[in-house]
Amino acid sequence: MTDPSAEPVPEPAIAVSGLTKRFGDRVVVDRVTLSVARGEIAGFLGPNGSGKTTTIRMMCGLLEPDGGEGRVLGHDIRRERRAIKRRVGYMTQRFSFYEDLTIEENLRFVAGLYGMRPVGRAVRDTLADLGLTSRRGQLAGALSGGWKQRLALAACLMHKPDLLLLDEPTAGVDPKARREFWDEIHARAAEGLTVLVSTHYMDEAERCHRIAYISYGRLVAHGTVAEVVAGAGLSTLVLTGGRTAEAARALDGAEGVEQVAHFGATLHVVGRDPDRLRRAVAPVAAETGARIDPAETSLEDVFIKLMGEARDNA
Amino acid sequence: MIGRVLSLGRLMALLAKETIQMRRDRLTFGMMLGIPLVQLMLFGFAINTDPKELPAALVAPTQDRFTRAMVSALELTGYYRFVAPDATAAEAERMIARGDVSFVVTIPSDFGRRVMRGESPSILIDADATDPSVASGAISTLGTVAAQALSRETGAAAPAPGLSVVVHRRYNPEGVTQYNIVPALLGVILQLTMVMMTAMALTRETERGTMENLLSMPATPLEIMLGKIVPYLGVGAVQVVVVLAASRLVFGVPFVGSLTLILAGVFVFVMALVILGYLISTVARTQMQAMQITFFFFLPSLMLSGFMFPYRGMPGWAQALGEIFPLTHFLRLIRAVMLKGAGLATVSGSFLALGLFVLVLALAALTRFRKTLD
Repeated sequence: MTDPSAEPVPEPAIAVSGLTKRFGDRVVVDRVTLSVARGEIAGFLGPNGSGKTTTIRMMCGLLEPDGGEGRVLGHDIRRERRAIKRRVGYMTQRFSFYEDLTIEENLRFVAGLYGMRPVGRAVRDTLADLGLTSRRGQLAGALSGGWKQRLALAACLMHKPDLLLLDEPTAGVDPKARREFWDEIHARAAEGLTVLVSTHYMDEAERCHRIAYISYGRLVAHGTVAEVVAGAGLSTLVLTGGRTAEAARALDGAEGVEQVAHFGATLHVVGRDPDRLRRAVAPVAAETGARIDPAETSLEDVFIKLMGEARDNA
Repeated sequence: MIGRVLSLGRLMALLAKETIQMRRDRLTFGMMLGIPLVQLMLFGFAINTDPKELPAALVAPTQDRFTRAMVSALELTGYYRFVAPDATAAEAERMIARGDVSFVVTIPSDFGRRVMRGESPSILIDADATDPSVASGAISTLGTVAAQALSRETGAAAPAPGLSVVVHRRYNPEGVTQYNIVPALLGVILQLTMVMMTAMALTRETERGTMENLLSMPATPLEIMLGKIVPYLGVGAVQVVVVLAASRLVFGVPFVGSLTLILAGVFVFVMALVILGYLISTVARTQMQAMQITFFFFLPSLMLSGFMFPYRGMPGWAQALGEIFPLTHFLRLIRAVMLKGAGLATVSGSFLALGLFVLVLALAALTRFRKTLD
């Protein structure tokens, strides 16, 4: 699109501050402040019901914020919803295209709504671009999860948006389709597209340039993956061999131990203070016949800690 | 053995679940309890198959004591209510064509003189016979009432002169019920299909989860509304052609008035209906609720619009209530044009009312439409 306001501006693609949303008495999004630079892939993480979808909906003009303000692509999220909608592609969590229309008919509809001319050409290009040409006559309702996701992605990319908002795009999609999906996203980001993607999957979080973690409506951590992991200040020890089940029972809730998690035949033990952690783990390892190795703290360990903290503060 | 096909425990679990679900759906629950009561009260009092106090116009150039005696005698029967006690012939003609009055009583200027001279006078009663049931009661009592009134006025001494009452059953002299019902059925059929189909318009999007997507794309509320209703105008057009052709060919209903005017009226009416349906779909949360609201609206409109029972025979409050249904105005319009040959000037009021429905309903629908998912 040749929009004069689409020239590169120093302003970030998303800049919201104090964003708040209530449903009745329940505060679903609580003063979230977030900024996403242009061309960045930002991961938006958090447990179910943490407010990810609500935050994304406020950003694309589908929900009216109860508090706070923000700009998306330079447009005010309260007053310039239509301008935002024209330049944002939003992929909903649940498949929301017309199941009784074919892939091609769905895309024609979308192209028409965005005023793309000529429609036929825009649809043909998009079909080819996303590898949907051979299936263009299939009803959307008859597609498998992976193809539905591909159609949804095609539909939100076809008007060449500057920002893509993806709400758990890979839920119910097999690993191969997920891999292809992420390759597609990275290719687009390299061309300058900004992407905000919400997800549960840790491996997906690690594919993002930066991540933001939201829990109980509050933003509790943000930065690069390394920054978030370092910021959590956790150390991890791995117990290998021995009677892991017995070791887990002994360590659960022990002094200096925050988390105990099974990973196959090993046990990951996480604590805040490395010395106290080792003091707690050493006798148990000796007793159950396990070997102790230091390990990198995983993003998942960090998130479980953050989740626990957010609940304490809620 | 019986425990295999019917276990009390399992049945109780199913009953408990159904009851909870029924209670959770407040609208349905309210309607199940409320509708019977409301409709019983409404229709019980409003419906009257022997309509009384029908509006009438009096054309009497010389208003003397005989005229007054005749008017009060007619009013005493309870069938007539003179809303225009001193109308000119032309005014009265317009009123009966529009359906404002059901009768026009014309007492000639030499009526008093002829009574005094002992000659046999005559009065003329034009009855709107489009709905044959309206006129029957009023007409049957006429002869005796008029003669009695006259003999009272002339005194017992003079013998009552032979009064002749001439009754013109206008527009439908043979009293064919189909003439009245078939054009009205066009309105009823259009109402049922148009409102019901468009009432699903938005709820279908919401239920299938496509609403979120639709709202995230740059379509305006007006575009969405027009996109939802215009296809049904086409469906309506087909129905109109079918029903009009059948009324002419199968039922032999006369087309006295202009076809253009009929079609123009149908168009405004269908617009009002599809927008009403769309408004319902902005209120209802599910397709089920949309259906319920449609039926809640449908039954009273049948009863109170003059489709099933004479509109003029209902009490004043029920007539006032009837005005809120587009069907009421459409029935007036189509009967006036099709059966009475009324022109645009006569039915402009009905056109105006239907146009107002279109405007108000469209504004309400656009206001109700939620641009966000809030």
